[in-house]
Amino acid sequence: MKIFGEKGVERLLSVVAFSAISALALIALFIFIEGLPFLFRYGVKDFLFSSDWRPESGKFGIYPMISASFWVMLGAMLVGAPLGIAGAIFLAEFTPKTVMHIVKPAIELLAAVPSVIYGFIGVVVLAPIIREIFGGPGLSVLAGAIILGIMILPTVISISIDSILAVPVSFREGSLALGATVWQTVHMLTIKAAKSGIVASIILGMGRAIGETMAVIMVTGNSVMIPNSPLDSARTLTANIALEMSYATGMHREALFATGVVLFIVIIILNSIASVAIRKKVIVK
Amino acid sequence: MEDNTKINDKIEIKNLDLFYGQFQALNAISMTIKPKLITALIGPSGCGKSTLLRCLNRMNDLIRGVRITGQVMLDGKDIYNSGMEITELRKKVGMVFQRPNPFPLSIYDNVVYGLRVAGIKGKNQLDEIAEMSLKSAWLWDQLKDKLHHPALPLPLDQQQRLCIARLLAVKPEVILMDEPCSALDPISTSKIEDLMHELKKDYTIIIVTHNMQQASRVSDYTAFYYIGNLIEFADTKKIFTAPDKKQTEDYISGRFG
Repeated sequence: MKIFGEKGVERLLSVVAFSAISALALIALFIFIEGLPFLFRYGVKDFLFSSDWRPESGKFGIYPMISASFWVMLGAMLVGAPLGIAGAIFLAEFTPKTVMHIVKPAIELLAAVPSVIYGFIGVVVLAPIIREIFGGPGLSVLAGAIILGIMILPTVISISIDSILAVPVSFREGSLALGATVWQTVHMLTIKAAKSGIVASIILGMGRAIGETMAVIMVTGNSVMIPNSPLDSARTLTANIALEMSYATGMHREALFATGVVLFIVIIILNSIASVAIRKKVIVK
Repeated sequence: MEDNTKINDKIEIKNLDLFYGQFQALNAISMTIKPKLITALIGPSGCGKSTLLRCLNRMNDLIRGVRITGQVMLDGKDIYNSGMEITELRKKVGMVFQRPNPFPLSIYDNVVYGLRVAGIKGKNQLDEIAEMSLKSAWLWDQLKDKLHHPALPLPLDQQQRLCIARLLAVKPEVILMDEPCSALDPISTSKIEDLMHELKKDYTIIIVTHNMQQASRVSDYTAFYYIGNLIEFADTKKIFTAPDKKQTEDYISGRFG
């Protein structure tokens, strides 16, 4: 029955593991090979900072999309970070452990809801409300920010809870023993001690927000223009790629790959910052 | 010690029972703590001495499933039933923990933490109390030039004295010490013990210790606990030279525990 043996199994596992890693590496390589030459031929500055996106005339300026992605992401942060951090503090510090152990997995499950569902709710529920209250088309930066803000909650809450719970009990006891209330302990001590993890959760949320595609396409309206107000329609980098890739050829196609390169680099930077922040835990001897 | 009996008791524990769920950890404990003296609680692991200590500043309230009956009087007021705010109680009855637990903040922020909790904001006042507290814990000379450095990299004995300084800053009346030297080497231990002698002038100290030499060195009174019962409580000298109970004698002579 010894087909593999110890060494054989080891080799097989390493091949499988390596193929998974190399698939990721190949994707990155592929995007860069397709996108980078165009980026340099067209000019990095023109590509990033020109507002003229007319593929049919050979104009490829993605500044409106960068701007849209930035504002949608920022809006999502303004919605998601306070909600997420407050929720994490509540669950970690003010809720009985048994309740938290039910609620936390439930929140994490929200991350598994397909993004098209969030988009659907955005179109059917949120956009009409925005149209009613604020006017405008409804499908807007604001709608995108709110939907994305909700979508990043599982990331923010889950990682924030983990980092708050990682703060040693001895700190809490010390603080309470000095006559502090639970809330004083939370905001004077626990949050400071858990700061790096909370920051990391927000940055990972940003990465998720800027990379999200389907929900954003459905709720932001997708017109290629620099949004002047939260109620304007806008098209993000991800939406741009997804909407045009199916019919793009030649230069146009390369320009979309170059858009992918820009996204890729932004997300790599965000995730690297987050993983450094997570690693920088409180030193406890 | 006889002349001390005239002074009012600082703490009086009356018929205290404590249950963890179904398990009874303390059995009808009654004892009195004299002010400005050091009382040691000794006994083998699991005898309830730390649990009793944590009753005195209501730290057991943090543990779910704990039920307490009986009374703990602080200056004649029941800390469990007289409507005393728990935060007020803990400002009066401070605690030093087994493992030094300075906060992940600067040395200065550690010392003034309790003051900030109490709502004191004036910088001069904070600076002044911080200096006094660090001096009382014999840390000022070593640390005065690095007050704004983080506290966690300090050596363990300085960490523990920083925790004591942090406590002195809020001017407690009683200091509870839960095996304060168990994480320290002998030299650091003797520094803390010397400090305790000094602090005794102003504070009532109750120390839980595993170390019987320590109890005999530092304390005025000693209480011996065994499986949730107070076996014997007397003058430290008497406990260590002529205990009344056989169990006490067996324990202090190292026959068990």
